[in-house]
Amino acid sequence: MSPAIGGTLNRVDGRAKVRGDARYSAEVPLTGLVHAVLVNATVASGRITSIDTAEAERADGVLAVFTHRNLDPVASVPKLLPSLAGLAAPGQTFFPMQDDAVHYSGQPIAIVVADTVERADHAGTLIRVEYATTPAITLLDQARDEAYVPERIFGGLLPGHGSRGDVAKALAEAEVCVDATYRFAPNHHNPIEPSASTAVWEDVDRLTIYDSTQGPNATQFTVAALLGLPPISIRVVSHAVGGSFGSKAMIWHHPALAALAARQVGRPVRLALTREQMFTSCGHREEQEQRITIGAGADGRITALRHHKLSLTSRFDDWAEPSLQSPAVAYSSPHYEGTYHLIRGNTITPTFMRAPGEATGMFALECAMDELAERIGIDPLELRLRNYSETDPESGHPWSSTGLKECYQRASELFGWRDRESRPRREGQWLIGSGMASALYPVTQPVNPQRARARLYNDGTAVVEAGVSEFGTGVFTAMTQVAADALGLPVERVRFVGGSSDLPNVTAAVGSAGTSAVGSAVHIAATQLRDELIGRAVADAHSPLHGADPGAVAVQDGRMVLRDRPDVGETYADMMARTLTPDAEVLGTWTPPPQDAGYGVHTFGAQMAEVAVDADLGVVRVRRMVGVFAPGRVLNRKTAHSQLMGGMLWGLGQALMEATRMDPRSGRWANASLGDYLVAVNADAPDVVVDTIEVHDEVVNPLGMKGVGEIGVVGAAAAIANAVHHATGRRQYELPITLEKLL
Amino acid sequence: MVSFVMRGCESVKSYEALRTAPNPDHAVVRGPGEVEVRLQVNGESRTTNIEPRVSLLDALRDRLDLTGTKKGCNQGACGACTVWVDGRRVLACLTLAITCENREVTTIEGLSDGDTLHPMQQAFLDCDAFQCGYCTPGQILSAVALLTEGHAGDDTEIREWMSGNICRCAAYPHIRAAIRRVRDGGGGGDAAS
Repeated sequence: MSPAIGGTLNRVDGRAKVRGDARYSAEVPLTGLVHAVLVNATVASGRITSIDTAEAERADGVLAVFTHRNLDPVASVPKLLPSLAGLAAPGQTFFPMQDDAVHYSGQPIAIVVADTVERADHAGTLIRVEYATTPAITLLDQARDEAYVPERIFGGLLPGHGSRGDVAKALAEAEVCVDATYRFAPNHHNPIEPSASTAVWEDVDRLTIYDSTQGPNATQFTVAALLGLPPISIRVVSHAVGGSFGSKAMIWHHPALAALAARQVGRPVRLALTREQMFTSCGHREEQEQRITIGAGADGRITALRHHKLSLTSRFDDWAEPSLQSPAVAYSSPHYEGTYHLIRGNTITPTFMRAPGEATGMFALECAMDELAERIGIDPLELRLRNYSETDPESGHPWSSTGLKECYQRASELFGWRDRESRPRREGQWLIGSGMASALYPVTQPVNPQRARARLYNDGTAVVEAGVSEFGTGVFTAMTQVAADALGLPVERVRFVGGSSDLPNVTAAVGSAGTSAVGSAVHIAATQLRDELIGRAVADAHSPLHGADPGAVAVQDGRMVLRDRPDVGETYADMMARTLTPDAEVLGTWTPPPQDAGYGVHTFGAQMAEVAVDADLGVVRVRRMVGVFAPGRVLNRKTAHSQLMGGMLWGLGQALMEATRMDPRSGRWANASLGDYLVAVNADAPDVVVDTIEVHDEVVNPLGMKGVGEIGVVGAAAAIANAVHHATGRRQYELPITLEKLL
Repeated sequence: MVSFVMRGCESVKSYEALRTAPNPDHAVVRGPGEVEVRLQVNGESRTTNIEPRVSLLDALRDRLDLTGTKKGCNQGACGACTVWVDGRRVLACLTLAITCENREVTTIEGLSDGDTLHPMQQAFLDCDAFQCGYCTPGQILSAVALLTEGHAGDDTEIREWMSGNICRCAAYPHIRAAIRRVRDGGGGGDAAS
């Protein structure tokens, strides 16, 4: 039996998904279900002076209209803490509908509950609201003089400032200096499934929420705190989640609002956000500006790196995506200084969005590196190799594993980098250029123990459970493979169950750490269960394995055998039948190593792209992309490569299309729809070559997994921007690179 | 109050025909309250009481419990709600259910032959042409229609004619591989990539 890990098993949930049978959170059939619709503030700052709901309440089918005047208040709002911590994880410390204050446009100000969604929608339009508005800040340019350096960002997990050496002196002494400022438009996640929560009260202290979430227990803990209930009162179920990309990583207001409305109307309530509401309800990648200053010797060796970021946060929270983290350790640089600057504005608190921080921070660094290579006249890849760091430049510790040089090498071969001409090619009206970038993404460890349960039945089939949700990562499939290998069973005889807070607790699947966290727990649970059954066999006088050394016993296809004499042994099923055992079960616990265990822990990769730019019209077409990554052990080559490919195409979107435009007069997003917020469609997506270098890593977790969810994004946009420069000779300092920037 | 004036299943072929249509007094007035609407979905006759403003998408999902058709934007921009009406792909969110009476509606639930997947469903599974799966029913219905329409000649054509269906997981290259495989009559196995 060949091992399942590393294979290409089709998605175990795939059949249900291609048949349309998989139930997402707004699709669970329930008796007596009614529909809630949110009404949102249309101003960005001020107070509600009057809110007239009389006409809405009289409308056909309406059961109730809630505003801050009659909705039950929340008990408390927990501290903002990334959901990786495994605790309550509100997206922001402000909870709406508690008073008449309006802090951002799109803030919920009323909930209409009606028997059909059409009637709820219509009644919502009948609510008359008047505001006393106050001036709003919705753009960086409106309040640059109000910028401050936060003590800590990111839910208090990261400092607002960091340094090593003497960066000012080193920059002054540098032979070559690149100083560039990059601007980034805000971005929105836009999973195709809008967030939805369906709340069902079975009793006053028994609530079930069907929620589209990256962490069922994050929803459970957050709603428990908001409602003032113990966690045992709340069960969260997430059968299938239609994409997230960070929008469902933190717990926003809608599950709690659905629960409050359901309790007050005494019916199950479904609250499905609209596409437009997805732009104001679950955070975004914030508007930001990054200034990078690189000092180097004439040979290109970096001596100093300064990296400053200015971004817009909410009135409530010091949030910045951690853009400085990976660039700070990407290359060997003895002198470093990085500082976050924030401006408070009238916005929901920004949040994680796929490769949060790395997507923008590494864009800035890798474009500046390209400029440095040009300045000193060497190949961009050669510049990276000269600055390759054998150790973590920040701590001086060795990397737990790298593979970066192998990624460069393999990407070069696949792309044909060596054939890259120093001057661009021209094909008719198209200017052809190519570019590259490094990719780095931190390996983040969950802070608390991770658990999974493995149960083997007496027919030799197993069910393995953990409370992780499946939002497209392929985790249910990969966990089936991990459990099958540990138990010595074929994958067809293993079923993985996830998606409920009633199952053994694992952290929310965030930070590319979901599969590592749950995978480690599943591996331990299944391995312990196998060892327990081998232990029973060798202790049983009736077993052919009686008296054998347990370490000499292996399991193949459900049969425990002596490693060096595979003819001696018996199946799990035979032993369990003989001993009248219905099943055997183990709860496995993985305790993650501390984040600082004497190693630098990062995932590495290399990105290359070829673009064609229309010389007259400035249209950019990405012709091909190559990405090679070293994500440790790859559990499923098919699903992992898919995720990496999707990440790279996200990089394409970031580079060329994605921008949410703020209308500063109204304080509202001007393009809150999928017709106006452009994402890559099939015609935009070139063929993508993905490869992985498997590096062995004994530090990060028992299977040596480092994660594939986000690193595909990192560096992809920089490779494209550098290719655009190669093609046109024009540096790009603002994303997205829309065509007017090339005219 | 605006009253809906519908002419049952008869679609008006052109603006000119609309202008020369019989006096509205001859038309059937239904709504604005709930009316009985009869639909043919996946070969079955289904009756539901809905307001005429109910979209085909909401009728399928909320009234007929056919949730395989997905709501991604409700604005005709994402393609997740793609179904076939009389064999042509349409966006169910921009189609009123009542206009589909006496037309044959096909959703993803009607595509497979019992437990046997349609070749396109199998190809999506084998080529890993999806990740979260939410846009997938719409992608598959578009993909099958593409072959019928004769719009899958080469990759350029596939890319263009599949661009009404957004896949935010960006499985596009694998979606193209799945369509190529069915077009070329390919069997099982992994994606070409």
